[in-house]
Amino acid sequence: MTDLLSLPWLEAALVVPLIGALVVGRIRAPLRAARAGTGFAAATFFLSAIAGFAGAAAYPEPAWNIQPRIDGNRPFALDGLTGPLIPAVALLHLLTAAATARTRMRRFSFAWSLTTEAVGLAALACTDAWMLVGLLAAGTVPPLLELRERGRPVRVYLFHMALFFGLLLGGWILTAYGSRGWGPGMLLVAVLIRSGIVPFHCWVTDWFEHSSFGNALLFVAPLTGALAAVRLLLPVAPPWALDVLEVAALVSAIYCAAMATVQSEARRLFAFLFLSHGALVLIGMAVDRPLSLTGSLRIWSSVILSLGGFGLTMRALEARVGRLSLTRFHGLYEHVPALAVCFLLTGLASVGFPGTLGFVGGEMLVDGVVDVNLWVGSAVVMAAALNGIAVVRAYFLLFTGTRHGSTIPLRATRRERFAVLTLTALILGLGLVPQPALMARYRAAEEILKERQTRTAEKLQAETPVKEIQPAN
Amino acid sequence: MVGLAKPRPTLQDMLDTTQIVTVFGLVAVAAPIALVALLGLASLFVRPVSERATAFACHVAVVVGLVSTTVVFVFMLASGNRHVVIDLGDWVAVPGYHFAVKVVYDRLSIPFVLLTFLLCGIIGTFSSRYLHREQGFNRFFVLYALFLAGMVLAAVAGTVEMLFAGWELVGLSSALLVAYFQERPAPPRNGLRVWVVYRVSDAALLLAAVTVHHLTGSGDFDRLLGTGAWPEGRAMVTESQAFVVGLLLLAAAAGKSALVPLSGWLPRAMEGPTPSSAVFYGALSVHLGAYLLLRAGPILDASPGLAWIVVALGLVTAVYAYLAGSVQADIKSALSFASLAQVGLIVAEIGLGWNYVALVHLLGHACLRTMQFLRAPTLLHDYHTLENAFGEHLPRGTGPGRLLPGPWRAWAYRFALERGYLDATLGAFIIDPFIRVFRFFDRLERRWTDYLTGRASRESDGVASAAGEIDELL
Repeated sequence: MTDLLSLPWLEAALVVPLIGALVVGRIRAPLRAARAGTGFAAATFFLSAIAGFAGAAAYPEPAWNIQPRIDGNRPFALDGLTGPLIPAVALLHLLTAAATARTRMRRFSFAWSLTTEAVGLAALACTDAWMLVGLLAAGTVPPLLELRERGRPVRVYLFHMALFFGLLLGGWILTAYGSRGWGPGMLLVAVLIRSGIVPFHCWVTDWFEHSSFGNALLFVAPLTGALAAVRLLLPVAPPWALDVLEVAALVSAIYCAAMATVQSEARRLFAFLFLSHGALVLIGMAVDRPLSLTGSLRIWSSVILSLGGFGLTMRALEARVGRLSLTRFHGLYEHVPALAVCFLLTGLASVGFPGTLGFVGGEMLVDGVVDVNLWVGSAVVMAAALNGIAVVRAYFLLFTGTRHGSTIPLRATRRERFAVLTLTALILGLGLVPQPALMARYRAAEEILKERQTRTAEKLQAETPVKEIQPAN
Repeated sequence: MVGLAKPRPTLQDMLDTTQIVTVFGLVAVAAPIALVALLGLASLFVRPVSERATAFACHVAVVVGLVSTTVVFVFMLASGNRHVVIDLGDWVAVPGYHFAVKVVYDRLSIPFVLLTFLLCGIIGTFSSRYLHREQGFNRFFVLYALFLAGMVLAAVAGTVEMLFAGWELVGLSSALLVAYFQERPAPPRNGLRVWVVYRVSDAALLLAAVTVHHLTGSGDFDRLLGTGAWPEGRAMVTESQAFVVGLLLLAAAAGKSALVPLSGWLPRAMEGPTPSSAVFYGALSVHLGAYLLLRAGPILDASPGLAWIVVALGLVTAVYAYLAGSVQADIKSALSFASLAQVGLIVAEIGLGWNYVALVHLLGHACLRTMQFLRAPTLLHDYHTLENAFGEHLPRGTGPGRLLPGPWRAWAYRFALERGYLDATLGAFIIDPFIRVFRFFDRLERRWTDYLTGRASRESDGVASAAGEIDELL
């Protein structure tokens, strides 16, 4: 076992999707491309699951280390934070590929999906700040190319991502050279843009409007903005930056939850749900307490799996009846009862329904936030309540209210059912037995806060010698 | 060496009371959860259980739960212990936070759990015939199981988090059952309205839970309400803290028990099938708010101001429900308001500190109302039978409304007919402005993306046609 875990699983998990993208990109027949894409996604999941297990268990460096060193460190490694996230993201990619309906295989680009996966996993595993900046920037390219390939407008996306990249790079350069004001400030705005925090959120809804649902889901699901916050911003953020992040995320969580309740199209509803949950994750980080941060990290995992499952269910419905209006009833329950149940379960799991993955995380987040400010805690509860209303409203509109007439059977395919049931099983399993994963999240939260404290102490130490010497003499 | 004969074990040795109570106490909670797992998994995998098997599983779960609770009750009577706590330890524990799983059997939870099993058993049996060959038979029983589990969890909860979990299960199953006849638009619309009110109520309860955590360091009721057996506990918080927590609990209870101004959902909930109306909105669910206030009795004792607010809210609700119920033209709506009037009185009794009166009132009312709801579909037949027996028309009752002077009587009639304008007021002052504001923001966002794109930016515009129903669905 020991020898097996010391193999370079992580490196393999990062390389396989890249090879997959190259191979699948050369296959013209959609069915063959789908099969190959799913195969590579499955291999990536398998490798990342082992890598994640070894990473979460704080396993020592692989015996066969094939990575070049940067400042004596491996640029790609897993820790308590990213160990569980890597397999979750890889699983979502696998299930999205596996559940792609044949009618959608031409539209869904398996090559781009694998490229996005490779870049996303690499960003999650990256330990070097400069390289992470590069990967975050690289991650914005595949969506742009996909939009161009589909002949869709790119300006909203391009405007926001260019701003993001400029601020990220500029902010990191200034921070690296010791800036305490402009550097973290620019980084903060970059994080707000990438996380889709109001008023920088329109690119997310626009991206969902124009992209294929599968790729849109896979691009936003890993919450890369939260990763940028935790890896780049939190270690260097002065208190005022965290305050701004907290207020902005709070406003965004409520605004997006409220917007989700009045949307008239399902993709936009989904985009706003995602934005609201992403903002909740950032609130927990900004509050800067172990409890809220643990809750926030737990919600992060929950968002990937729960909203991922919710999105896959919605995508399966779209494959049957096209884009879903939320201005009328569809009455699809009779045709796809399993999808209806999974839709409700995953949606409620995302808003922290008892017994599901998001429940304890939500409670801890509110608990941690209330420690700091009761009103902020109340606002978080309000956002969760609005999200719950949006989910059930969508359920009623899509699955009830009328009889849907169809001359062909619409029931879920075996692969679709496998995908949503796998996610449902994980959501319920991890929700009913939360302790092991939660303890790991708590340790990860402690590590993050410890790193922040260490950085702050280093800065203070760098600034204080002169002051100390003067009074002594 | 002389061998000593082992003394024969006494009955007491063999039957350790504590262990027996623990085992049966847990079986009572596990039985409905097992039912949820059985029916829920079958539904998830689209492998519906046959009607007969479903009914049998429900009977078994209810009987096992009822018998187990009775055993606990008997042992409590025999041992003189009126406050049995089964502590299963922490479900979740990280430094600074723990979620304890604690089951409490006392003078309050035992009657409520027995009532729950009893009424749910009756309704289960009734429904297995009433809904025979209905398309949603399995769906009904999945939600029924969820409701039963939620009620039992909420009733025996020893921590506010457990109470919250049960509370949410009850809310979800209730909202989905209102939308049971889902091929028509009205049931889901009303189901959503119920859900919205329940979410407000859930939010208040969650905030109460978090505040309790914040004040006492844990969510255990013992830490908040004292360790004495119900209703003798003394709140472990100051008067002002009791007022804040109590106000949040009252808001939660108001949503769940349809107290004014959140009463509008109750008649809407009658859209569901009769058995669910009977057990949820006539008997159990609607009393859950009152149960919460009974459980929080020591908090009300610690804050006289809050207690008077509870009394006032209860009385206002009772008067409102009486007026509105007097003019209803269909039996289920009339029964729902009659139910609400009694719930209002029960809440007032709780505010006055008459805990036992309120508990007995609650138990008696739940049983009577269940019977009335179950007879509702055959009301005309019952009337005809009575009239045939009397040989004349039944006398028509006249209320105290006739004592009012003319203009006041007209006003009261209109007020009652419009159900106190509660729904209209909430719509005009909360829902409509909410929708208007966020649609305005939606338009602003559209302008911004259109500007950046240089043309119409939303593909979804082609999808979202036939607007009009959305307003009613919020």
